[in-house]
Amino acid sequence: MTQRLHELRRSLLVSLWFMLLTFPIMVIRVNTITGTIRWRWANLALIGIGSFLISVVWRYAMQRKTGEVRATGVLAQVGERLGAGAERFRTLVDSPKVRVRLVSGLLAAAVAYPFLTSMYHTNIMITALTYVVLGLGLNIIIGLGGMLHIGYAAFYAIGAYSYALLNMYFGINFWLALPIGAALAGLFSLLIGLPTLRLRGDYLAIVTLAFAEITRLVLQNWQEVTGGAAGIPNIPRPQLFGMTMRLQQTTTFVYFIMLAVVILTIFVVHRLENSRIGRQWVAMKEDYIACQAMGVSIAKAKLTALGIGAIWGGLVGVIFAARTTFINPASFTVWESVIILSTVVLGGMGSIPGVFVGALVLMLLPEYLRPFAQYRMLIFGALLVTMMVFRPGGFIKKRRKAYTISDEERQSVIENDVAAADETKE
Amino acid sequence: MNYFTEVVLSGLTRGSIYALIALGYTMVYGIIELINFAHGEIYMIGAFTALILASVLTIFGFNTIAILFLASIIAIVYSAMYGYTMEKVAYKPIRNSQRLSALISAIGMSMFLQNYVRIAQTSDFLPFPRIIPRFPWLSALPISMSSAQFMIFASTAVVMVLLTLLIKFTKIGKSMRAASQDKVMAKLLGVNVNKVISVTFIIGSATAALGGILISSYTGQINFYIGFLAGIKAFVAAVLGGIGSIPGAVLGSFVLGLTESLGAGYISSDYEDVFAFIILAVILIVKPAGILGKGQIEKV
Repeated sequence: MTQRLHELRRSLLVSLWFMLLTFPIMVIRVNTITGTIRWRWANLALIGIGSFLISVVWRYAMQRKTGEVRATGVLAQVGERLGAGAERFRTLVDSPKVRVRLVSGLLAAAVAYPFLTSMYHTNIMITALTYVVLGLGLNIIIGLGGMLHIGYAAFYAIGAYSYALLNMYFGINFWLALPIGAALAGLFSLLIGLPTLRLRGDYLAIVTLAFAEITRLVLQNWQEVTGGAAGIPNIPRPQLFGMTMRLQQTTTFVYFIMLAVVILTIFVVHRLENSRIGRQWVAMKEDYIACQAMGVSIAKAKLTALGIGAIWGGLVGVIFAARTTFINPASFTVWESVIILSTVVLGGMGSIPGVFVGALVLMLLPEYLRPFAQYRMLIFGALLVTMMVFRPGGFIKKRRKAYTISDEERQSVIENDVAAADETKE
Repeated sequence: MNYFTEVVLSGLTRGSIYALIALGYTMVYGIIELINFAHGEIYMIGAFTALILASVLTIFGFNTIAILFLASIIAIVYSAMYGYTMEKVAYKPIRNSQRLSALISAIGMSMFLQNYVRIAQTSDFLPFPRIIPRFPWLSALPISMSSAQFMIFASTAVVMVLLTLLIKFTKIGKSMRAASQDKVMAKLLGVNVNKVISVTFIIGSATAALGGILISSYTGQINFYIGFLAGIKAFVAAVLGGIGSIPGAVLGSFVLGLTESLGAGYISSDYEDVFAFIILAVILIVKPAGILGKGQIEKV
């Protein structure tokens, strides 16, 4: 009991601290022109109560994490049920039969989606799917290769601009621009990757950020070619054998292109994950030196991860340009990269279902919670911190390949060993 | 005064400000090897708090000197408090996990603080009051320097000297050096490493806030986004000089400030930010440890 009282007292102190801390920015609002001050005391109360509650939960979660406190009573039961449920779900999904059904169900729902809902919802879904692909692409670099890249939006920009510019100057159509944009993004990534091969971790992060900013600034300032900050208008929408389509049909069409790209990405990333090169990436991520010692060429592994990862950014960039028919450098800021990074980290680095679910949830929720839209980045930021503190693996953790040995197998191994030992003795 | 001196003077001003922010980066990195992405946000919060306080004090009818001192000191204290809290919430719990986690947490913190100020205050640019009084004797100098510029140079020099003294000759400075060399060993020898880290964040945040107040009264306007670019540039400066080294951070800041000013003055002002990033990339590729940094040998 005293323990609990003590905890509550600590939380109270924390809330007082935060009330003091946020006082000038949350409470005082000065209008310098009229020379009046608005004291927003309600905010102070909000911060006090909010930080008290968060502190209670935070402290409890922290103690659970370090193992100081065990859940008791109702909480324990709920936790146990949830754990058991998740376990059952996992074994269910693992069986091939269920998996096939699940995937075909999802696919059917995805195909039916634009016909069942309005164009508005289809458009939102296209955006969400865009981020799924971007997330999966970045996932190759971060989740598999372990390289923190905070300039992914640059590849997205390169894809978008290569279609817009090639179309403007050479009249190249959407379908031709698709592979060109992807290839250019991959090449650009390799170009950045080559000189930065020696860099790791924090330094690589900051250099990728620097290159992304350079890309954006060049697009913004190279008036004569890129149209500068005003961007490029009137980019043609994707065509299908020269058919004329109404806006709604085009939207549906773009949706299906996007869906196809998502499926392709998932397929390719899944195949890559378990390939020779994919395992090299994971090895590189886990232990740099050991990986090198095992004869993996770090340079090759890094460059392939960077190149293959960037391709998806370029691909989706082309679709983005074709879909919005207007692009400008403001769409490709650092925060765009950070949002893509958030979807990967929150979903679960390295895990395909994690990134898929993460991107869908993070993109769809703010769309449908319009009143909270302005808090989106605030909540993303808070989520990133909380996630790193309590669940660094993300919503859906990447599952490592594991091999379970059955009892008989173990028995036979032991018997063999014993027999072998006996033989050597004789 | 000719164009060249003007450009150089503006470069030195920038350099001084970068130095004030870069010091915090370099100190934090020296001790916990974390790029504190949210450091620029502390700089922004310092400027915002000073702006709010100065406006309130003006409305209450205080005189200029009182406003300058009260607003600056309270804003600096507040920023130090923010820095302290940030470390406790976002970095301390994950001190022993992967480097990647800490960096992502720092990015999250940066996003959070930016949007916190945006929502609680405004996303528009606000005019920053002229809190630095005019020094009439400055016109006697051979080069024309504004009083804000003079304050920037003077404060940077004072902070630099004080910090060097603190790190070289005080007990906490000694503990800082010990903790940055080997945290476990320092702990074994009775250094309170948690306290050392807190103090580092407090000092770093306070100097960043000072930088924020000075540059804002020099440029005359602020918004919630100023911390990001300033933070990145200061980080570039810290890396340029050799991260973890305090004289390195100062040197790097001046190199960066001068390059930017000369580049903007003689090549193209549109690409001003590009120069900073190009320098960063070149330095990291050619000499990853920075100008004054020592290369590290990795042990298995």
